[in-house]
Amino acid sequence: MTVVSKATPLIQGIDVDSRARGRPVAPVAERAIQVEKLSLYYGQKQALHEISLDIPAKKVTAFIGPSGCGKSTLLRCFNRMNDLIEGCRIEGALRMDGRNIFDADVDPAQLRRRVGMVFQKANPFPKSIYENVAYGLRLAGVNRKRLLDDTVEWALKGAALWDEVKDRLEDSALGLSGGQQQRLVIARAIAIQPKVILLDEPCSALDPIATLKIEELINELKEEYTIVIVTHNMQQAARVSDYTAFMYLGDLIEYGNTDQVFTRPAKRQTEDYITGRYG
Amino acid sequence: MDKSLISRHISRQFNAELEDIRQRVLAMGGLVEQQIVDATRALVEGDGALGQAVSKADYKVNGFEVDIDEECSRVLARRQPTASDLRLVVAVIKTITDLERIGDEADKIARMATHLATQERSKTNYIEIQHLSRHVQQMVHDALDCFARMDAEAALRVAREDVVVDREYEALLRQCITFMMEDPRTIRRVMDVIWSIRSLERIGDHARNIAEYVIYLVKGKDVRHITLEQMEREVLDNTDP
Repeated sequence: MTVVSKATPLIQGIDVDSRARGRPVAPVAERAIQVEKLSLYYGQKQALHEISLDIPAKKVTAFIGPSGCGKSTLLRCFNRMNDLIEGCRIEGALRMDGRNIFDADVDPAQLRRRVGMVFQKANPFPKSIYENVAYGLRLAGVNRKRLLDDTVEWALKGAALWDEVKDRLEDSALGLSGGQQQRLVIARAIAIQPKVILLDEPCSALDPIATLKIEELINELKEEYTIVIVTHNMQQAARVSDYTAFMYLGDLIEYGNTDQVFTRPAKRQTEDYITGRYG
Repeated sequence: MDKSLISRHISRQFNAELEDIRQRVLAMGGLVEQQIVDATRALVEGDGALGQAVSKADYKVNGFEVDIDEECSRVLARRQPTASDLRLVVAVIKTITDLERIGDEADKIARMATHLATQERSKTNYIEIQHLSRHVQQMVHDALDCFARMDAEAALRVAREDVVVDREYEALLRQCITFMMEDPRTIRRVMDVIWSIRSLERIGDHARNIAEYVIYLVKGKDVRHITLEQMEREVLDNTDP
């Protein structure tokens, strides 16, 4: 099947020597993102304290932690969404393909094409189902009808939505159910073939069946994409992720294999949080 | 994990459920210990009635197993426990299986006792069985004690004792073989004795299993099917989960 050509990487090759010693790093074969001593301030308030970790490629990494622990803030750093917030200052580095994405000459729009994001509440455009998925492609300059059709079908199939909408592609996306809208948004994200997909509480507004469908989709998507998910639902993190990071008050407390984190966490704080104890 | 962890959940109901499970395991353990004591006494004292009473009481042990199993399934379904809570539930499910088997072994000893009570007494008065049984009772008691206190190092000591029990069993077995060779008319009776000491030796193995589950519960490490030396290293390694 013909699909749009992949965007050129920001820089070729992976920087393998920049790993700081002693930081919590999951045993990773290939790293998609390297976070190095990342601190983030909202005005005077420091929201992230020197976070260092590697996000493995083509795996699901989950961030868990109580509200306000900085997990969504960190997630938003991955595609520079925090640029839009006034008074927000970032120190440290976040490397993709060896290059710091905070460098002045990195184009955020280009970056976001490589790092797609799906939010808590599905946010389809008030357009047809077809146009929602084709939108990013058109922005990227794809206009050939045949190529658009193929890619829309491919993306909708990839998001496990094709069978449910193939006969009503011209209907408004707002007529879809919550779970369908969320999968449509995921289709929109994968249509432009990103490298990384960020999911910020993607299922918190969905019923259990729609949630399971999204989780199943995440499992399929990791064959092709690097997935980072923020979730309040610990069972969900345990079900879908390969690696789990626990954050607390802007610090990365523990990062490791999900099986290990949920059966024998190394840190008492992690244990207290995932077992629902007083901290 | 330490014992105080059980009572620190935000959900008090969950605290109560886990504490209830823990208490029931200890109650089941207490009953099983008593069964071993009674079965041994029936055998050594030639008390057939006591032997029958022990066999009859085995249903209570089985009942405990079924009830605790059900409670554990309920907690798994409703609470989806993780980390130390999960390890507690898993350890309990395994522990009660071993406790139930210990109950079965006590029942076997009791049946031998009932049979032996109708036979001629052994010249040794079965004192050697008494000794092995005390040793094994202590192991079961200690295994339950370290479960109650969540003490991995004490559990390690229980596992070490199993080696001593095995040696004692071997020695008794040789003695029994000697008796049978000396006087083949005793074979039938001595066979009953052999089955009894075999049961006691098995009880020692089950106590060791329980001790291993305690180590898993406390340390998060699976120490089954490894040597004692490896087990020591795992327990004394202080990277606490």
